[in-house]
Amino acid sequence: MSNDSTTKVLAVAAGLCVVCSVLVSTAAVSLRPAQEANKVLDRKSNILVAAGIVEDGAEVDVDSVFEEKIEAKLVDLTTGEYVEGDPDTFDDREAAKDPSTSIELTRNQDLGGIKRRTNVAPIYLIKDGGETTGVILPIHGKGLWSTLYGFLALGDDLETIRGLGFYEHGETPGLGGEVDNPKWKSSWVGKKAFDNEGDVAIEVIKGSVNPSSESSKYQIDGLSGATITARGVSNTVQFWLGDDGFGKYLERLKTDGLG
Amino acid sequence: MASAARTALFGPLFDNNPIALQVLGICSALAVTTKMDTVIVMSLAVVFVTAFSNASVALIRNHIPSNIRIIVQMTIIASLVILVDQFLKAYAYDISKQLSVFVGLIITNCIVMGRAEAYAMKNSVGLSFLDGVGNGLGYSLILIVVGVFRELFGSGSLFGVQLFALNTEGGWYNANGLMLLPPSAFFIIGLFIWVLRSFKKDQIEEGV
Repeated sequence: MSNDSTTKVLAVAAGLCVVCSVLVSTAAVSLRPAQEANKVLDRKSNILVAAGIVEDGAEVDVDSVFEEKIEAKLVDLTTGEYVEGDPDTFDDREAAKDPSTSIELTRNQDLGGIKRRTNVAPIYLIKDGGETTGVILPIHGKGLWSTLYGFLALGDDLETIRGLGFYEHGETPGLGGEVDNPKWKSSWVGKKAFDNEGDVAIEVIKGSVNPSSESSKYQIDGLSGATITARGVSNTVQFWLGDDGFGKYLERLKTDGLG
Repeated sequence: MASAARTALFGPLFDNNPIALQVLGICSALAVTTKMDTVIVMSLAVVFVTAFSNASVALIRNHIPSNIRIIVQMTIIASLVILVDQFLKAYAYDISKQLSVFVGLIITNCIVMGRAEAYAMKNSVGLSFLDGVGNGLGYSLILIVVGVFRELFGSGSLFGVQLFALNTEGGWYNANGLMLLPPSAFFIIGLFIWVLRSFKKDQIEEGV
């Protein structure tokens, strides 16, 4: 039979498709559990790094540390109350697309440039012994080229920043990518997120912070050559600490206590 | 036979390098070479895909109808790339996150398709496999050279181990930001081709 006869063409095409699809689907199905486990582990280790519990890149048993130090919960952002649900399987990006699980932000509300915000969000309480010593909030917002995804950790007074870290972004390496610089990230630690009136005060400024100035405890050094990324980070943090973000929840915690 | 095998395997390293002489597969060479970790994984992935796509195409080369041969080759290549991608996601999650779309884009890497069409359609399974490995290694060689320069001068490290103390962390080395951006790979590949052609004068193209 000639190679170019219609029957041969169809036979070869069909045969090839069957072989390839069996190969691909076998791999996809058999490797799925390992891939899912990796995703969960990655998220956990990002949370621990942002909270400053483990060092970035350190060899630790993420699962057992997470188990010991972190308690995950879902929060209704409109009321600030905890809600039922499994925070481990909550998919923020999927939920933000669905109109039944998210709201559209108006231009004035949308400091972070994220367009839609989910109704509920996971939060992570930091446990030390039996005590709750802080809370970790997932945040995301626009930088220059990309959306930055990260975590912001607050201490037990719910004002002092314990750490900030981004686990996913596409900013320019060496410029906006310096949001990953350990030295810059450590400059957030110990700063105050809210002023005496309880308004969000933390901001990334242009240039360096003058340590003797009154407002230095609310200010973070800018990133040279990355004004837009730095402003994005500043707006993102302000949005998520504000009333449209975790503001209601934080307010409730301040009256009810962390426990 | 032995010399044919040797040519198939080692020819693509210097004499017939897919990037330096054939100028194929430049895009991914720009994208994944900022760090040596990603370079090595990307190299292994490309070696695997070119080797097995060449072998599979050679295996059925006498049965491939010529009017659908390109799409047959594409299907084989795409399946292999998906395998690699799934495998990396399961066993090298951090690296696969950094490589992101570029693993998937091996499908469009001209080297893979070019070798399937130009070599595997006409040669035996064994030779085609070696040719695939050889071309994968030729590609890897360039990636490694570019990666060494970019990571060393762009971040002061190799394989993530800090060799030059950066001035942002109180050291002496002022990292060259250009090295972390894609255009620097162009310069390094250009210099590599220049050096290569100074030694192998037969690779110099006739002036027009």
